[in-house]
Amino acid sequence: MRVRTLMIRILKQIVRDKRTMGLLIAAPILILTMLHLVFNGEEYSPKVGVVNAPEAIKGHLSTDEAKVTEYNVKDKADEDLNSGDIEGYLLFSDMKPSLFLEGSDPSVNAAVIKWVQGALKAGVDEKRTPLNISYLHGSSEMGQFDYFGPVLLGFFVFFFVFLIAGVSFLRERTTGTLERLLSSPLRRWEIVIGYVAGFGVFTTIQAGIIALYSIYVLGMHMEGSFPYVLLITLLLSLTALTLGILLSAFANNELQMIQFIPIVVVPQIFFSGLFNLDTISGWLSWIGPLTPLYYAADSLRDVMVRGQGIDDIYMNLLVLAGFSLIFMLLNILALKRYRKI
Amino acid sequence: MDDQFELVSIRQLSKAFGRQTVLKDISLDIRAGEIFGLLGPSGAGKTTLVKQLAGLDTPDAGETYLFKEKMPSLKLMEHIGYMAQSDALYGELTAKENLQFFAALYGLNGKSMNKRILEVMTLVELGEHLEKQVSAYSGGMRRRLSLAISLLHDPKLLILDEPTVGIDPVLRKSIWKAFYDLKKKGVTLIVTTHVMDEAEKCDRLGLIRDGELIALGTPEELKNKTNSNSIEDAFLVFGGASI
Repeated sequence: MRVRTLMIRILKQIVRDKRTMGLLIAAPILILTMLHLVFNGEEYSPKVGVVNAPEAIKGHLSTDEAKVTEYNVKDKADEDLNSGDIEGYLLFSDMKPSLFLEGSDPSVNAAVIKWVQGALKAGVDEKRTPLNISYLHGSSEMGQFDYFGPVLLGFFVFFFVFLIAGVSFLRERTTGTLERLLSSPLRRWEIVIGYVAGFGVFTTIQAGIIALYSIYVLGMHMEGSFPYVLLITLLLSLTALTLGILLSAFANNELQMIQFIPIVVVPQIFFSGLFNLDTISGWLSWIGPLTPLYYAADSLRDVMVRGQGIDDIYMNLLVLAGFSLIFMLLNILALKRYRKI
Repeated sequence: MDDQFELVSIRQLSKAFGRQTVLKDISLDIRAGEIFGLLGPSGAGKTTLVKQLAGLDTPDAGETYLFKEKMPSLKLMEHIGYMAQSDALYGELTAKENLQFFAALYGLNGKSMNKRILEVMTLVELGEHLEKQVSAYSGGMRRRLSLAISLLHDPKLLILDEPTVGIDPVLRKSIWKAFYDLKKKGVTLIVTTHVMDEAEKCDRLGLIRDGELIALGTPEELKNKTNSNSIEDAFLVFGGASI
């Protein structure tokens, strides 16, 4: 009963504060949209120069995927490479090709190399049948965003819920309302559960809207079933909520709460699978399994990219629920600082 | 006076934060139905002492009894109204929503809740401002709303930490009128203050300095004992100064 009272009050406060509500819903949508545009842009077509190409090869140089400029002397190509008009050139001397790259942007380098390899191969193995590629998960249509998407979805839900829940509990302390709550017969666990329930209702709606938008408006790759996505994001936001409340006990004002972002929130994104986890230095790899986002990102990818179900993700879900439970117990203990019983 | 029993009993209470001793061996009885004033400069330990009574803190040594039962106890806390120095209100909500929230925490509901909300808001003369959002309230209105909230559950003991700080004289008078009304209804009030003229309005006073209770008695007794004309002078004498 008292938990419900607390829950209703929190929901009323969020609804009244239009800006906070905007931050929780509009900000993740805006950022995901921008990332979608960044990652799913058109394929890059490199600007490549060709010096002294033999006639046999010239005919095969496809100009569809690259902007090709032909040179007769190496010096002129060097000049253009220096001024940025071309990003690399292919030099033939004695029928042996060699490639010179501008070299400052790895993704441009890769695009040039890919094109050149394709062009040379086309000249040599014209008659070979193309390799037949099949996909266990995903498809050739899958872009970067489809792979990053699930992690980012989880990250933004975590980030914003962590911040808002932490700050609102901090305010409860600094304005003295927490003391007033504690001067009533309200039990410590009732305060924590009330917060979890209040923000829980709101974050369910928030996670639902963000996930629906990502999948059906941005067209993020989605193999599995939607309720699982909702369940994962909800459990993740509960860990964000309980961790935010817990850490707010160690902050004296809003600014100090924000100082937790680079320490607690940002590192998670590096260890959650946005970057390949196998390439992380061995002495840092233990961090990943300690972060909630690691488990959420893994299960979101399982569901959204690989189309798996509860059998494959239940372990991750249990771990997430375990995180929330531990943080909640710690919260109840932390409130002892303000009232012994 | 003899028929009044001790509602609050503080026995050899001491409290330290780290190495700093805030309360030193305080023993004090507060009788049912009186307005008891705790007078002392800021930093004397008044807030720390009333927090022990409100059940928000526990002493390092000594005991506190309320209604003959040992504090802190959640059961006893239902009979205490506590108003801290900060207003402790939710600015995004209206006055009514603030009242409803705290009333529900004490188990009030339905008609009795609405009736009680009207009663306390009339007492603090805010009846017309129920639907207003608290962020639009003035400082004095917030202070009175905060008082109204601490009265909601009809407490037998009301603990008020600096209730009139930063409030103009007219408003202060109306707040004290509310205190006397409550006293008439049998409520015991503990009021901390550092304003000397406000101390004169209390039935009995405890003077606190550097965590020690330096004197105890009615304002008249304290003045007579020190041959002084005002509480301020009396405070100085008890504090060891010569007039």
